Amino acid sequence: MKLITAVIKPHKWEDVRVALESVGVTGMTVSEVSGYGRQKGHTEVYRGAEYDIALVPKIRLEVVVSDEDVEAIVSAIQASASTGRIGDGKVWVAPLDSVLRVRTGDRDDAAI
Amino acid sequence: MTSSMLLDLAPLVADPTGLDSGDTAWLLAASALVLLMAPGLALFYGGMVRSKSVLNMMMMTFGSLAVISIVWVLVGYSIAFGDDLGLGLVGNPTQYAGLSQLMSEDSNGDSAVPLILFAVFQGLFCVITGALVSGAIADRARFGSWMVFVSIWTLVVYAPIAHWIFDFSAGDHVGGWMANNLEVIDFAGGTAVEITSGASGLALALVLGRRIGFGKDPMRPHNLTLVMLGAGLLWFGWFGFNAGSALGANQTAAVVFTTTLLAGAAGALGWLGVERLRDGHATSLGAASGLVSGLVAITPSCASVSPVGAIVMGAVAGVFCALAVGLKYRFGYDDSLDVVGVHLVGGLIGTFGIGLLATAAAPTGVDGLFYGGGVDQLGRQLLGGGAVFVYAFVVSGIIGLVVDKAMGFRIDEEHELSGIDLVIHAETAYDLHATAGARSGSGVLGGSAASREEER
Repeated sequence: MKLITAVIKPHKWEDVRVALESVGVTGMTVSEVSGYGRQKGHTEVYRGAEYDIALVPKIRLEVVVSDEDVEAIVSAIQASASTGRIGDGKVWVAPLDSVLRVRTGDRDDAAI
Repeated sequence: MTSSMLLDLAPLVADPTGLDSGDTAWLLAASALVLLMAPGLALFYGGMVRSKSVLNMMMMTFGSLAVISIVWVLVGYSIAFGDDLGLGLVGNPTQYAGLSQLMSEDSNGDSAVPLILFAVFQGLFCVITGALVSGAIADRARFGSWMVFVSIWTLVVYAPIAHWIFDFSAGDHVGGWMANNLEVIDFAGGTAVEITSGASGLALALVLGRRIGFGKDPMRPHNLTLVMLGAGLLWFGWFGFNAGSALGANQTAAVVFTTTLLAGAAGALGWLGVERLRDGHATSLGAASGLVSGLVAITPSCASVSPVGAIVMGAVAGVFCALAVGLKYRFGYDDSLDVVGVHLVGGLIGTFGIGLLATAAAPTGVDGLFYGGGVDQLGRQLLGGGAVFVYAFVVSGIIGLVVDKAMGFRIDEEHELSGIDLVIHAETAYDLHATAGARSGSGVLGGSAASREEER
């Protein structure tokens, strides 16, 4: 079992969700986050004054998947989240020891 | 029925006064409108600060409303409208102390409105002026120190200036030097309210120093819907402020009502035009600030210009105030919510603009330079506006320094960073998390309210 975490541009979130549904992902956790990467922040002008904005708003989505689905899901995220411009985000995959479905008590792959 | 029978008894005693019920009714309503400007300003200012200091911002306005109302009735009104003690500088501070002298109808003389109502109406002007000052020191002032400052300021700064500019001599009553000797035109408070609040705010901003991160962090408004609602309430209240200053339900009030509407509208357009050309966006903060700028400029001039003159006055104020709010970055003073850029600059534009745009066809009956009146009135306006600026700036600065020395005016750096609301008022404005009940509200996973209590 793997945890896939993707940090993407907010306006691509709906595209990514649809793409994940089409490869069989049935659930996910989504949060609004802010941060920066190589893109760094940007400058903004407000009320006539210019500011450096360090943090850029992003969407973070987390999906718990079976090992064999990882490649298809990561590819689907990349295809749907990409604009080709700086700041498209990142996807990373981490191993999981155990998963539990609270209602039924199902464990591991059965709980995904 | 009972009450009307009681009222029927009144005519048995000959009415000793010339009270006019229409005028009195309008001034009662106008006074309530001016009071509404206080919560309006609290929303306007409260929305403009960051979410960690919105309650403190609103409390500075509500605190001003509470303390100034009382200080004004006890002594302030007498200093402003008591018989002059000489040179037109201050009124007799004991003459109407406590206002009980104005309880009887006999005290009204030949006034068409009750003097005690006039006193309260004027007191609410002082309230809004004091509350305006607090915008210059957002996020960082100790509440108790603010309350002490604004009480002293009422008596030493506002009341004397109100005496100079609003207290007209009549009969054996001698008033202030600007109204009677210099003959400055200031219908509703471009000097006493706008220039005074701006100059006092500038002085306090310098006394308290810059907020941590000023000029580096954006410090954008946390809730612009509050700002726009507040601006709308201010505009609504401003009709009481300006048209109420006619002290009657009459033609002057109607003209002033019209110019007040138009200047606010033109101010919003002027500011938005600058933003659109300079920054590429017409912002909601710009619309709110712009309409207030226009209203500030029309405050002294509302009875002196034509409707078209009001549009020019408002638009000019909107444009110049939009440019002026950038000055604090150039000169490095942290006038947090632009009291200087909007109220001082707008007040100066309105006060000086009378010298240019006044028309004798308007209620004050004086021609400015553009209407062939020469530079006479412009000179009076420059002198009056300049004197008020210098006096308010210097004396407010001194009071601020004394309060700072005596009790400390600024909160700790740590508290300023974590947010003034929680440390000063033990509250936060917004608690939107599902786990709210278990939080102290600091937003950084603080302990429960109970455990904080024990720590003390």
